[in-house]
Amino acid sequence: MAKRKIRVMVAKPGLDGHDRGARVLARCFRDAGFEVIYTGCHQTPAQIAASAIQEDVDLVGLSCLSGAHRYLFPQVVNLLKEKGADDITVIGGGIIPNQDFQKLYDAGIKAIFVPGTTLDTIVNWVNKNVKPVERK
Amino acid sequence: MERGDKIKAGDVRTASRLIRDIEDSIPEAKATIKHIFPYTGKAQVVGITGSPGAGKSTIVDGLIETSRKKEQTVGVLAVDPTSPFTGGATLGDRIRMQRHSEDIGVFIRSLATRGSLGGLSKAVGDAIHVMDAMGKDVIFVETVGTGQQEVEIIHYAHTVIVVLVPGMGDEIQAIKAGIMEIADIFVINKADRDGAQKLQRELMTMIEMSHIPPGGWKPPVLTIRNSFKPEEFEQDLRTLSAKVREHYDFLISSDLIGDRQKRKRLHELNEAIRFSILEPVLEMLVKTGELDSMVEKLVKKESDPASLAEEIAKKYLQGCF
Amino acid sequence: MYFAKEVLSQSSELKKKWEDEVRRVVGKVPDQKARWSTVSDLEIRRLYGPDDIKDMDFVRDIGYPGQFPYLRGNQVTGYRGRYWTFRMFSGMGSAAETNKRWHMLLKEGQTGLSTAFDFPTLMGYDTDSPKARGECGKCGVAIDTLEDFLQLVDGIPMDEITTSMTINPPATVLWAMYCAAAQIKGIPLTKIGGTIQNDMLKEFIAQKTLMCPPEPSVRLVSDTVEFGTKYVPRWNTISISGYHIREAGSTAVQELAFTLRDGMEYVEDVINRKGLNVDEFAPRLSFFFNSHVDFFEEICKMRAARRIWAKVMRDRYKAKDQRSWWMRFHTQTAGCSLTAQQPYNNVVRTATQALAAVLGGTQSLHTNSLDEVMCLPSDHAVQIALRTQQIIAEETGAANTIDPLAGSYFVEALTNEMEEQTWEYINKIDEMGGMVAAIEKGFPQLEIADAAYKFQRQIDSCEKIMVGVNKYVTEEEIPIPLLEIDDKVEEDQIARLNAVRRKRDNKAVKKSLDDIKNACKKGENVMPSCIEAVKNMASVQEICDVYREIYGEYRDPGLY
Repeated sequence: MAKRKIRVMVAKPGLDGHDRGARVLARCFRDAGFEVIYTGCHQTPAQIAASAIQEDVDLVGLSCLSGAHRYLFPQVVNLLKEKGADDITVIGGGIIPNQDFQKLYDAGIKAIFVPGTTLDTIVNWVNKNVKPVERK
Repeated sequence: MERGDKIKAGDVRTASRLIRDIEDSIPEAKATIKHIFPYTGKAQVVGITGSPGAGKSTIVDGLIETSRKKEQTVGVLAVDPTSPFTGGATLGDRIRMQRHSEDIGVFIRSLATRGSLGGLSKAVGDAIHVMDAMGKDVIFVETVGTGQQEVEIIHYAHTVIVVLVPGMGDEIQAIKAGIMEIADIFVINKADRDGAQKLQRELMTMIEMSHIPPGGWKPPVLTIRNSFKPEEFEQDLRTLSAKVREHYDFLISSDLIGDRQKRKRLHELNEAIRFSILEPVLEMLVKTGELDSMVEKLVKKESDPASLAEEIAKKYLQGCF
Repeated sequence: MYFAKEVLSQSSELKKKWEDEVRRVVGKVPDQKARWSTVSDLEIRRLYGPDDIKDMDFVRDIGYPGQFPYLRGNQVTGYRGRYWTFRMFSGMGSAAETNKRWHMLLKEGQTGLSTAFDFPTLMGYDTDSPKARGECGKCGVAIDTLEDFLQLVDGIPMDEITTSMTINPPATVLWAMYCAAAQIKGIPLTKIGGTIQNDMLKEFIAQKTLMCPPEPSVRLVSDTVEFGTKYVPRWNTISISGYHIREAGSTAVQELAFTLRDGMEYVEDVINRKGLNVDEFAPRLSFFFNSHVDFFEEICKMRAARRIWAKVMRDRYKAKDQRSWWMRFHTQTAGCSLTAQQPYNNVVRTATQALAAVLGGTQSLHTNSLDEVMCLPSDHAVQIALRTQQIIAEETGAANTIDPLAGSYFVEALTNEMEEQTWEYINKIDEMGGMVAAIEKGFPQLEIADAAYKFQRQIDSCEKIMVGVNKYVTEEEIPIPLLEIDDKVEEDQIARLNAVRRKRDNKAVKKSLDDIKNACKKGENVMPSCIEAVKNMASVQEICDVYREIYGEYRDPGLY
């Protein structure tokens, strides 16, 4: 059986347009050998969840710098779950204070990466934690 | 079979998982495709090709809109190249179509070429079947757009749209790449730029000079103006959409649809034969080491390729000889 | 610069000697790395000397403050008459909360106001739009109608204090609110002063606060420039911004080049579309730069910026008025240089960046707070940031003399090099047919994406160092007190908005929105009908929806 190729989506929920991190990460994922779909800025959680399912990605990486992550990130997780796609891993990054980490983990965000994280850290995390074969 | 039934019922999650299995060459996927095959053949498949930056995705985005206004359900397969160095891919077409992502009548799926040449992905044929079986009325297939040898789309599409832009030397490129012959509709995008009229004239001259049988389809040359001007863009897109429909109706009324279907099916059969006969044999030759020793023989001039192929056929395809 | 022949030949002898000595020492104690470069990856030599500036002409290239080419600054007295404006960017939660922060800052010695709006306001949506969920008040103040705005400026002497508003697609609307608020308070438009950012081109290039396509966006900008020129003469109707270009990951040269080329695009549009004479509006154009962490590169960038702009305005656009040749600019220290790790280090980064901005001759400055990499700044963090500026102004002596680094071999050579590279970019964009055309091709976007990716890779490989991130890392987490915006702000704001909608005269709202629509269609200036509409309590989104309907909506092509 051929090896499964990792497919990921990098998405920017909300109205924030600061996409430096998202674009750098998308490029880095491509160079790591993943197939990458970048949604562009200004996406609603519903758009992101629907796109993730249509594209059958293994991972959704959310980036938000506006402070609206507390509402937007869990919303994406919930919508995926509603559509029976809770086997898609969701991670997040951006301007996120430590005090919000636990709330986001509790809401189903699997990892949070803040400014200063190296790209290799993120790629290694994905390679270790995202297993396309184990999805339902 | 549950999976096939879900697809026939239009379940996106199941369909996208199946397309993934096809891409990843998971053997079980073939069984599901067999199951849904009888339910395919209803959708109009429209190919969109043209060089990078020609605005293919924006046009597809517009065509989705016009199709939805006509209450047609839509499938989109957007193909982007896989990097030969890293194996990764940037699937960037979808971004221009994101406004339709929540519309349940629209299913957009990006595919990476994964090494396949010709501007498409190996999975594209089966992915079309999946969307077709889901009941999509029209399926848009956007090719990679390297501007080179992207003619494979004619094996899958009923209607091929070739998108060109003025001032990019596209006309010459198009002739070189052989995509002029495959066009059912030409679109000059960004037609408010300098050189659009000249390009249009040149194309029309070329079409006049080409041999079109009596009663045959003469490819129209349409223009689309700057997509930043919403009213003009929509108007141009409506014209294009009508032409796409007109071409399909023409295929039906002139009975050419049968030819296209045959062309499509023949290609599929070729692919299937390659998949079920050639590939297992090649795999076996690699596994047993026969392939290596045959290459050795060729190098030493102890045999020739034709004789060796006959030998292989005798050994592995006994029934035929 | 002119050097006597003997000096140059003596210099070259001494240089040779020194080079020999360098080779000998490096043989024993090798350099720590093979290549030394700025944060933007411009290679820097070990030493600069007379050779490096021998071709400079004092009168042509350097001169005096307040004289062409303004390399040394616009103000003839430097900072002696007054320091740069201490202008802290602030806004959070509701208008009332932000108003409180403003009064605090003015009491602490801030000399100008600067408004941060929340994302719904920035993008031209009302708080109750489905797209705005979760965003209200999070990264700035929420403004839906004039009622909010009046609360924002409550107790602020609008005829004395200048206010900057970081607002782009809905700039016409928020500026209309400022004008309307002044008129309601009985202050004539000729008396108010301030800035609207109103620089749409850099939004397409970098920050992606988007509404309409480039062409009509520039047209709205030109409307404000025209209106300001005629009726609000003390207002800077545009702040041509490199800040966000840099934050998006550009190099210093890219920041300089794209910002100046944006400025040229606006000048051309106003001349062509509005038929104004360049000297009528050019003196009110203002700029906004980033001050990043590479000290000398930033100083040189700002010096080069003034010299290039002076040449552009005089030679290319034939401006006659000296004030048209000036480049006045605001500076903000680099948000992207701050780290969540060891956050107190950010105070030091910000201080050196602020010092660079002062040595570069800025007219106005915002210093980032140490916690801004995590959330909106707390009162305490803002105070430290403001004090940083005050220490530089009052204690360090940096403001004693004008352009103190002029004449330095290194500083002049780097200034020249950055100017040259900037011209290369400008020429390239000219060849593409201007900035709008270049943006449509994705040129600046991709140049920046490349630079950002390269920098990140350099950090990952430790070729470039960020203290606390890839060197001198500590495991221990340093907790700092953070400001939290209550999610209840959203609820309250929606209630306020609904209350306004209930009590306003909806017929009058509709009529004024129709007036804006007609102005758009006929190509007339939208500002008068905009002011009328906000007075009738039309909301930010209601007006922006008119623009979106007439001009179309732009979606980010997401190039990377």
